[in-house]
Amino acid sequence: MSAPDPILVVENLTMRFGGLVAIDALSFEAERGDITAIIGPNGAGKTTVFNCLTGFYRPTGGSIVIRHADGTTYPLHRLVQHRIAKHARVARTFQNIRLFGGMTVLENLMVAQHNRLMGEGGRTPFALMGFGPFQKREAAAVERARAWLDRVGLTPRADDPAAALPYGAQRRLEIARAMCMEPVILCLDEPAAGLNPRESEELNDLLRSIKAEGTSILLIEHDMSVVMRISDRVVVLDYGQKIADGPPDAVRDDPKVIAAYLGVEEEEALAVDAALHQE
Amino acid sequence: MSGAAPRGMAAIVRDAGLAALIALGVGAPLLGLRTEPVGRGLTLIPRPGLLLSVVAAVFVGRILVGLFMAQRALRRRVISPAPRAMLAPPGFRSWLGRAAGPAMLAFALLLPFMPGIGRYEIDLGTLVLTYVMLGWGLNIVVGLAGLLDLGYVAFYAVGAYSYALLAKHLEIGFWAALPLTGLCSAVWGIILGFPVLRLRGDYLAIVTLAFGEIIRIVLLNWVGLTGGPNGMSGIPRPSFFGLPFSMAGGEGTFAGFFGLEPSPLHRIIFLYYLILALALVTNFVTIRLRRHPIGRAWEALREDEVASRALGLSVVAVKLTAFATGALFGGFAGAFFATRQGFISPESFTFIESALILAIVVLGGMGSQIGVATAAVVMIGGFELFRDLEQFRMLVFGLAMVAIMVWRPRGLVSSREPSVALGARKMVGAEHVAEGRG
Repeated sequence: MSAPDPILVVENLTMRFGGLVAIDALSFEAERGDITAIIGPNGAGKTTVFNCLTGFYRPTGGSIVIRHADGTTYPLHRLVQHRIAKHARVARTFQNIRLFGGMTVLENLMVAQHNRLMGEGGRTPFALMGFGPFQKREAAAVERARAWLDRVGLTPRADDPAAALPYGAQRRLEIARAMCMEPVILCLDEPAAGLNPRESEELNDLLRSIKAEGTSILLIEHDMSVVMRISDRVVVLDYGQKIADGPPDAVRDDPKVIAAYLGVEEEEALAVDAALHQE
Repeated sequence: MSGAAPRGMAAIVRDAGLAALIALGVGAPLLGLRTEPVGRGLTLIPRPGLLLSVVAAVFVGRILVGLFMAQRALRRRVISPAPRAMLAPPGFRSWLGRAAGPAMLAFALLLPFMPGIGRYEIDLGTLVLTYVMLGWGLNIVVGLAGLLDLGYVAFYAVGAYSYALLAKHLEIGFWAALPLTGLCSAVWGIILGFPVLRLRGDYLAIVTLAFGEIIRIVLLNWVGLTGGPNGMSGIPRPSFFGLPFSMAGGEGTFAGFFGLEPSPLHRIIFLYYLILALALVTNFVTIRLRRHPIGRAWEALREDEVASRALGLSVVAVKLTAFATGALFGGFAGAFFATRQGFISPESFTFIESALILAIVVLGGMGSQIGVATAAVVMIGGFELFRDLEQFRMLVFGLAMVAIMVWRPRGLVSSREPSVALGARKMVGAEHVAEGRG
């Protein structure tokens, strides 16, 4: 086993909304190149973690740090939101798909490359008027978008409005859009929700190929067939606290996790567990 | 079709009979009887003929309406999966879409030299083009970025007053002052933008409305600078790149330089082409920006602000550039207005102007350049067309607006052209395009 090289370090993350504690001193790490799943019952605080991570919420306490491969660190809990995507290169998708519905599939992928295009001489007056070397950059961005469309099988729909796509295709497009940002970590909020088994299988393949290319993935998912088969590590939340953390097999058999999912008291679960072992 | 028709027909006749009965009830006292002064008293004169013809008209009219509605429902049901565009031949539609722009441009370019076009028509053309330009400017803010701005006239006013002040006090010529007035308005666009960054929808609309009023009231009360309600007069007229328009003729004037007979029409025509050029610049810049990452960011913001933020768009930068760009063109139009009129006062910059410009954008179809231009022609031209109707002018105009919004709820040109495409560009239907909430 190699030395730990976490890409994401969350320490004592706390998020309060008034009196409600949505996340309570949560600490976990995500290894570079891994698929880390965050699971837990409804209302456990999973999406809140994502919202803290991507700057939609400013955490009440604690820290979230991204470490790039070159050693640069970005404290996400202090960063202005658009810098999280731009500099720390954290991309995310949403539980309820959020595409630019009236824009075409291709345009969705072009918007994702906004910062790169603007950075590469997009601010010169020539570029603003659509002349000069900027056009080459734009063409390269279209090529990058097309490569992703090929990968998610949406090239024939490239010029259709995103809102006109079927549900499964919208999910794939949202992932492709996030990947067009060329993130170091991709945060997926229930990517398998509403997919049929075949689409779910395709999603697994896609996520494995993204991982193989070196992008780390953070995954919120309810579909255990996805979680157990593709994740390298599982973090389990309940009522804003971490109740288990480890490889999928270990977490699956953890009595606390079973208790949280089945809604039994912990003592009871332990008792049940003990009873089973005695027999 | 044949199965549904008889039952439908009976219902239609029954419905028409009911309508006729109501017409009879209402009409009998109102139309059926007429009071006539006879001697010292009044007599009632029955008018059964009039009453019967009205009732008959209601009956027949109601049947026709019923048949029309039934027909339409049927047609919808039969071809419901197909888009409504199928009703018109698709080839004709796309041909119309492609040809409309160049045709309108050619008409605008040739207008002053068409036979039968006099001073009044050119003046009207200038007015229409001013609103085309304002509509295109506001279109950036409302149509592309989806930010509902009810105070756009503020930037028009800033442009007009900054040109008047620059020209009168610093004696800067029109062409040198133009970029400065644009800059001035753009700065005010950013000043407005900052406090409203967090506001959305109705709240944004109210604050921008207030901003428009603040500017007007400041202009009204800062008598030392703006002349207050008396306005500013004697604003220098534009020259033809240094050659003034003068009735005297002679060396160094426009007419003298080109060896023409001096005519008051020269300046009118020059102003017409000036606003045409300014409007075309607005159009060109908007078209270019739409295909630039900035323009795409505006539209992304309109479609979904949360997703835009997750993709690393700086909402602050996107909103401020939209406000500033829109304000810039409003400022240019204002400078033109000031130099054309030679006199400006806060009277010209009331809320009704903002409402008119917004109506042009909404009527034209938010985001559509050709739609906004058409709407400006319809609105401003419509005002003139109905002038003969005197006090009923606004009534007829309002009815026409309601009719258009019922017929085309998302504006005259509601479909959106993609900014980039792998294959052929396909228009995006209005049902997919967001209206923007921020």
